[in-house]
Amino acid sequence: MSGFLEIKDSCTGCGICVKTCPVHALSINDVKKAVVSEDCTLCSICVDSCPFESLAVHHSFGGNKEELAKYSGILVLCEMRNGSPDRSTYELIGEARKLSAGEKEVSVLVITDDASGAVEKLIQSGADKVIKAVHKSFKHFSTEPWNSVLTHVIKEYHPEIVLAAATTTGRDVMPRVSKSLDTGLTADCTELRIDPDSGMLMQTRPAFGGNIMATIVCDRTRPQMSTVRPGVMKPMEPDTSRTGEIVELEITAEMVKNRSQVLEFIPTAGDEVDITEAEIVISGGRGMKNPENFDLLHDLAHLLGGTVGASRAAVDNGWIEYPRQVGQTGKTVQPATYLAVGISGAIQHRVGMQSSDVIYAVNKDRDASIFEFCTEGFVGDLFEIIPALVKEIEKRRK
Amino acid sequence: MKFVVAVKQVPDTAEVRIDSERGTLIRDGVPSIMNPFDTYALEEAMKWRDELGGVVTVITMGPPQAESVLKEAISMGADDAILISDRAFAGADTWATSHTLAAAVKELGDVDAVFFGKQAIDGDTAQTGPSVAASLDWPQITFVGKVRQLSQNSITAERYVETGTQVVRSELPVVLTILKDANVPRVPSLRGKMKSRKVQIPVWGLADLALTEDETGLNGSPTKVVVTATPEPRTGGQIHEGSTEELVAKLADLLLGEGSEG
Repeated sequence: MSGFLEIKDSCTGCGICVKTCPVHALSINDVKKAVVSEDCTLCSICVDSCPFESLAVHHSFGGNKEELAKYSGILVLCEMRNGSPDRSTYELIGEARKLSAGEKEVSVLVITDDASGAVEKLIQSGADKVIKAVHKSFKHFSTEPWNSVLTHVIKEYHPEIVLAAATTTGRDVMPRVSKSLDTGLTADCTELRIDPDSGMLMQTRPAFGGNIMATIVCDRTRPQMSTVRPGVMKPMEPDTSRTGEIVELEITAEMVKNRSQVLEFIPTAGDEVDITEAEIVISGGRGMKNPENFDLLHDLAHLLGGTVGASRAAVDNGWIEYPRQVGQTGKTVQPATYLAVGISGAIQHRVGMQSSDVIYAVNKDRDASIFEFCTEGFVGDLFEIIPALVKEIEKRRK
Repeated sequence: MKFVVAVKQVPDTAEVRIDSERGTLIRDGVPSIMNPFDTYALEEAMKWRDELGGVVTVITMGPPQAESVLKEAISMGADDAILISDRAFAGADTWATSHTLAAAVKELGDVDAVFFGKQAIDGDTAQTGPSVAASLDWPQITFVGKVRQLSQNSITAERYVETGTQVVRSELPVVLTILKDANVPRVPSLRGKMKSRKVQIPVWGLADLALTEDETGLNGSPTKVVVTATPEPRTGGQIHEGSTEELVAKLADLLLGEGSEG
């Protein structure tokens, strides 16, 4: 056990923590005090539940300090789309720069068949060093070569932090790297920071369908690795005057060894919208009632130069297509303006849009939870407000 | 063919409510279910067993009560099941979980493919499948929307990625993670239900898998949870009520950036 749960004298034996414990490790003894069994996993859920603040979790952080000190700097895995780095890569570099606080070197590893469209952009966006792994067989992502290159680079350069996007690529290869190197990996992080005391990476992520936020550390091993949810971190403004080091990795036979082959890649039809790129997102929910009513939102989005999103309820009802879904099981957006129309604001939706600069909401239910966290809320019938709003904006524009 | 399906018992997150005064999860009365994504993994394994012959063995790592998801799997048509359960396994992160599951797959021996759901709805990490593949040093195909072909020595599957579909062929044995696009899971049959009532499910613990306490559970986990909290409230702003005209005028001001005087 690395740590323990402290039960303070202020415990009244009320039993709330007993009900909250997911592993049934708590009970109340004869003298009305909580007691903890060795089943306790130190998850800390009970700590927040205690109305008397009688519980505290104490972690003992392990790890050989000399061993951990051999690692420094941040490594970002670049993901390529059509010959250029994906937006998520720039977000990771922006976040790495923030974590670096000017002290840690930020390296970017690009694995591709052609790095010509990437290196300069990566440096201008904040990379101090770009490590190129270029081979003709690296045209499409494949688990084993990516794993081999990543583990090689990590063993060679000893970064203390490794970041990859929580995409189908990052979520495929990073768990493999974690097991190959016997170090920890935290999935789908939405917040990262360095603990000023320990210097450890504090990795925060939603769990239980977004109902709780868990902060996770990797205290005994290095590197500390995270996949990061796309659309949450901010890229930095490209600076054309930045310079950086470029390293060309020698590709070995081991790195191209692969028991799987990508036979074919079939791109999705090109007319798909990308709601994560829009400055204004206007989303409809259960209150929209049917697919035709989404035309109202399309009209408004067209006028404002925005795009239309949706809640899971609207998508599940078949009113609008899945690529427009915002939330836990859809996309995360952070536009300048988010307008939620007929959306109650359940936590699963909220985690996908709460980083928007401003959030406006239209809902006829004054008690809808969206009104608890929107910037400005409008209580009223969307079928009156939205058409009138379209007219009003057209009138003002004349 | 010998197929293994790894399933997980999870709380039904759709039923989890937040106590807004204390800011904690209310778990009382929340039902435990088979992770919904795992039902597609199970169906896919059974579909190919029905075509090629062989057995589907379902495994789960969890507390004794996780046996119920194994019985559910048997009622749906799985051939047998193993509960991987030991006090030492509690508090495992994805590294330690996959280390333990991989040991069970090795113990079973001669397995052709291990099927996982895309991810579990409680942790949402999607890490255990690929990590098991690494432990076994097998190839993996994740986010599988369709298995096109499966034979004694190879598999061809469609992997759904952000920008399209990758068609991947791989050698066996292999680890797969299955999306809900792959199939429609069958419902439990009467015969299956009868079988699941009678079946004795073996329990494998630390000693059965020749593992130590240092490589399993909380001790074997490189990551640990230090804080859990409900998402920070984003302070609610101004709420406007009034006539449609007033509301529209205000909203238009905001959207066009014209300020309240405009």
